[in-house]
Amino acid sequence: MQKLRQWLITSDLASIAILAIVILVVMPLTADIFRLNLIGKYLSYAFVAVGLVMLWGYGGILSLGQGVFFGLGGYAMAMFLKLEASDPETTKIQSTPGIPDFMDWNQLTALPTWWEPFHSLTFTIVAVMAVPAILAFIIGFAMFKRRVGGVYFAIITQAVALILTVLIIGQQGYTGGVNGMTDLKTMHGWDIRDDSSKYILYYANAILLFAAIFVCRMVQRSKAGTLLLAMRDKEDRVRFSGYDVANFRIFVFCLAAVLCGLGGAMFTLQVGFMSPSFVGIVPSIEMVIFAAVGGRMSLVGAVYGTLLVNFGKTYFSESFPQLWLFLMAALFIGVVMAFPNGLAGVWETSVKPRLLRKRVAAAAQPKSPPPPPATLPTTEAAPASPSGAGTSGNVGPATA
Amino acid sequence: MSAADIWNIVLMQGFAGLSLFSVLLLMGLGLAIIFGQMGVINMAHGEFMTIGAYTIFLASTLVQNYAPGLMPYYFLIAIAVAFVLAFGAGWLAEWALIRHLYRRPLDTLLATWGLSLGMQQTFRSTFGPKEVSPTLPDWLMGSWAPVEGLDIPINGMFVMGLTLVVTGMIFLLLYRSRWGLRVRATVANRVMANAIGINTRKTDRMTFAIGCGIAGVAGAAFTTIGSTGPTSGSLYIVDAFLVVTFGGAASLLGTVASAFGIAQTQSITEFFLTGSMAKVLTLLTIVIILMIRPQGLFAAKVRR
Amino acid sequence: MSNTDFVLAVEDLTVSFDGFKAIDNLTLYVDKGELRVIIGPNGAGKTTLLDLICGRTRSSTGSIKFRNEEMTTLAEHQIVRAGIGRKFQTPSIYENLTVFKNLEVSFPRGRSVFGALRFKCTPDVKERIETVADEIGLLDDLQKEAGLLSHGQKQWLEIGMLLMQEPELLMLDEPIAGMSVRERELTAELLKRICVNRSMIVIEHDMDFVAKIAHKVTVMHQGKILAEGPMERVQADPKVIDVYLGH
Repeated sequence: MQKLRQWLITSDLASIAILAIVILVVMPLTADIFRLNLIGKYLSYAFVAVGLVMLWGYGGILSLGQGVFFGLGGYAMAMFLKLEASDPETTKIQSTPGIPDFMDWNQLTALPTWWEPFHSLTFTIVAVMAVPAILAFIIGFAMFKRRVGGVYFAIITQAVALILTVLIIGQQGYTGGVNGMTDLKTMHGWDIRDDSSKYILYYANAILLFAAIFVCRMVQRSKAGTLLLAMRDKEDRVRFSGYDVANFRIFVFCLAAVLCGLGGAMFTLQVGFMSPSFVGIVPSIEMVIFAAVGGRMSLVGAVYGTLLVNFGKTYFSESFPQLWLFLMAALFIGVVMAFPNGLAGVWETSVKPRLLRKRVAAAAQPKSPPPPPATLPTTEAAPASPSGAGTSGNVGPATA
Repeated sequence: MSAADIWNIVLMQGFAGLSLFSVLLLMGLGLAIIFGQMGVINMAHGEFMTIGAYTIFLASTLVQNYAPGLMPYYFLIAIAVAFVLAFGAGWLAEWALIRHLYRRPLDTLLATWGLSLGMQQTFRSTFGPKEVSPTLPDWLMGSWAPVEGLDIPINGMFVMGLTLVVTGMIFLLLYRSRWGLRVRATVANRVMANAIGINTRKTDRMTFAIGCGIAGVAGAAFTTIGSTGPTSGSLYIVDAFLVVTFGGAASLLGTVASAFGIAQTQSITEFFLTGSMAKVLTLLTIVIILMIRPQGLFAAKVRR
Repeated sequence: MSNTDFVLAVEDLTVSFDGFKAIDNLTLYVDKGELRVIIGPNGAGKTTLLDLICGRTRSSTGSIKFRNEEMTTLAEHQIVRAGIGRKFQTPSIYENLTVFKNLEVSFPRGRSVFGALRFKCTPDVKERIETVADEIGLLDDLQKEAGLLSHGQKQWLEIGMLLMQEPELLMLDEPIAGMSVRERELTAELLKRICVNRSMIVIEHDMDFVAKIAHKVTVMHQGKILAEGPMERVQADPKVIDVYLGH
């Protein structure tokens, strides 16, 4: 019993298990299908947040254009669904039947060639991951090989987000413009809109998310994860240990992009449309705050952060729309100024040591009244080491 | 179409490029000081511009209601007020927020984004969600037609003139004043500047506030061209950052050159393509050039 | 060419920063198994020379040949992989990792991204880490967080991290700065021990320490070599005395 308690409090696997119970059991049992679908939508954002933990927390690289990759994945999936929804039978009132409605409205008379491959689901699934990865590779290769990082990288990624948004909105005939791609109905004949499919999609999304978390955890625990942390704080040392720093950054940027793409595709499937409002600068920065609230170093925290911010957004923007932006402002400022490690940081420094201390006290009392001095230092050391490890990324090395 | 007509079109197109140039430069100048000299990313820069714009709107409403006789003159005074208000807001923001984050540039970025959200909502709560336009003095309206078929809008010329004045003043301030010397010393070597008795904290706050004040002037100038809404400022922020980065962050001259280059590219491509495609093309060119030459157009070579 | 016999052959090397020549037409040869100490007043270009050799700064003209291979065109990590290790002036270690992890990360296996993903700490890695830790006197501190080490221990750890790579040329920038007398003695012994089968370049100011370890001394001044040879001869050189005492 004590051991179980200890494990629950300290192990990171336990925190994943608890999250799994919350998402796979508690949520489906307590929420109706409308709410559950909403949670599913939030969880598709969580892919982005998990990617940002790897990219920003571990890699020290802040991208303000993650919406780009989310959008690319989402649009790839939407193109497939849109094509299936635009068969000649249902679109026979159009002047050109068999092409998506927005193309018809924009006087296109044939499907553009680059749309053709999206008739295939296999191609689409590959594209959902490959297109973001390729774009991330190009941007990452160009920037990291030239040692561009920090704020410059943030500005460039932001510009990319702006470019893609303007492009999508400007090229209405090919992309559906500002309205996006709507009226998505079926996937190989399977209706994605009815309740049972929403359940299935929710679980598919959740399981994919856990797969993503496990992949990221594997990376974190490998030497590559150690190196990412190392090059965040001591770039030159890593370089002079014989590693090509840029390659590791490109890798983690691509990894984050693939996760975004997956999230985007799952978003499209669950929500039934995709639009440029999930691509641009504002959603991209909002996704950063999901990770920041949860804790930029914690995969599980990022998921909680995403859920929390989105619950808050839904609740407040329905009930107190004026308050929401102020709250969001406070979140950004508060997380940066007071809680740089987010919820996970609060858990590590305040909650966990308290829980552990209680346990030690309970265990020590029946045995011998004066607590043995040997156990005290270990409990004291427990809160000190994670906080030291967590904040040292921000605080420079103390030695001169 | 005669040769004179074509000449007029070329002139007007060139003028359009020049006004875009002034707009970009006005936006970029404040940022160039804050980002270029201090390395701080101020995502709320656009909102400081909006402060200036709303100041003009307030002034015009007040003057119209209480002192209609002053209508022709209020604009120039209101620009000064816009500077002062934005300067004050910047001073406050530096004191409350920025100074705690100097060593964490990425966090500054997030915190100032939060600040911008808060400011946007404040504008919305105060002035309403609708866009507003001040009543401009008559002398700013209409256009100047030196020749038949050639129309040069006066507001555009005004913005250009103002840009010229502001740019000149910044150069003077930065390279001829004590403050400028202190700023440049702090940029070059903060520890050393501190050691020789420069109050770098005060210098930082002053620099940030002046940058914000210039944003306020820019916002004031924009009311002559377009209307103002709570989120107007955020529309410009990426362009402004690109202007500064493209120019080479530490170089004011670079900012001027890059604003000119970007404006001309955009207005020329706009002549051949749709507005949005011109924008995409221009931005894409900048991003690609920045990927090849990340230090921007003008960069100092320094011994590491 | 005769420079094939040397481990390192720097020839006609020049680097200028906006006209200022930090290294001015410098030529330097280091033998196999040699421990060379570079001394010189501040600003003489000592650190810049190390930066040039390890690729941190790019030369304007001239060549750097390591085991007869040109280094000036390679990236930093390629130079390291060729067998040149570099220690920085201030200890540069991963403060929030344990000593063990610090050494493990420096082990020259799994240096590509996917190699690092697959990397396992096998018994041979562990054995090597323990050998090196023993060498630098940190065997008992393997599980300690590196940030908690004393200043001298941090310097040793960084040397240990370089030893993990088994470099043929080891470059140390002021390894004993800030060390106690006892630590200086230990470091001198350590350097003498590890100089077997490899060449070393050490930048140092402490003349007693230099006399203890140097095979040969190079004196730099204003980006040029002023004198070169055994310690006693260099110390007696009037040019050297002038530079150190005349100003």
